[in-house]
Amino acid sequence: MQLFTQFNTVENVLIVRLNGELDHHSAARLKIDWQSQLNKKGIKHVVLNLSELHFMDSSGLGVVLGRYKEVKQLGGEMIVCSINPAVKRLFDMSGLFKIVRLESDESFALTSLGGVAS
Amino acid sequence: MNNSMELKFKSISANEAFARVSVAAFLSQIDPNMDELTEIKTVVSEAVTNSIIHGYEEDPTQFIYISCTLTDNSLSIVIEDEGIGIDNIDLAKEPLYTSKPELERSGMGFTIMENFMDKVEIISHPGEGTIVKMTKDFETSKSMCN
Repeated sequence: MQLFTQFNTVENVLIVRLNGELDHHSAARLKIDWQSQLNKKGIKHVVLNLSELHFMDSSGLGVVLGRYKEVKQLGGEMIVCSINPAVKRLFDMSGLFKIVRLESDESFALTSLGGVAS
Repeated sequence: MNNSMELKFKSISANEAFARVSVAAFLSQIDPNMDELTEIKTVVSEAVTNSIIHGYEEDPTQFIYISCTLTDNSLSIVIEDEGIGIDNIDLAKEPLYTSKPELERSGMGFTIMENFMDKVEIISHPGEGTIVKMTKDFETSKSMCN
């Protein structure tokens, strides 16, 4: 199964929705696409929606960590939402939730970023 | 249940999915649950990715070997490459350590393998390659409703 990525922008928030499997193979493409979206004018925060991400390994953690550093440079925040238990386990193991916030779904994530409407 | 299988495939990243799905399909004969299947797919993905990125430094012309043995309800997986090997295995196993930070590696591969499997053994010699041997015991198959 491949990885499909959908990018949406709501005001200064980049919403990234991942569908499929995120491993070393799919991480390379995702990194390039995600970086070009982040470089668009006015983007500050990222909401990463993982509701349709069926598989992830440590390569996925690396890509998320890499984008977190870039979002931090923009003075923004990264929020992960709608994560499944298997993927959450890897986030927990790596300590990524110490720096990336977890919300239950996209609308909660957007609201928590200061009243941005979805 | 006594069964075994072997795979040999090229060191290209598209084969990471092939490897983990193949091992999961082999395991499915003992009816693992979804969590167990995900754990096995994840550890295979980690070891194969290590061979591709670190062992062969992304040289796509090399080969990776997997052999799996099912003995009763215990699965043993051996993943082997003939790459550059690991200088310091203890350092490589440390959580968050990576020899290739420029590639956005998280350094969690061996930590995940050790968390998801009952036993992980790494045999590596610089210049000769790396062998990762992992075993996991599964609950005995649930009785079927007839």
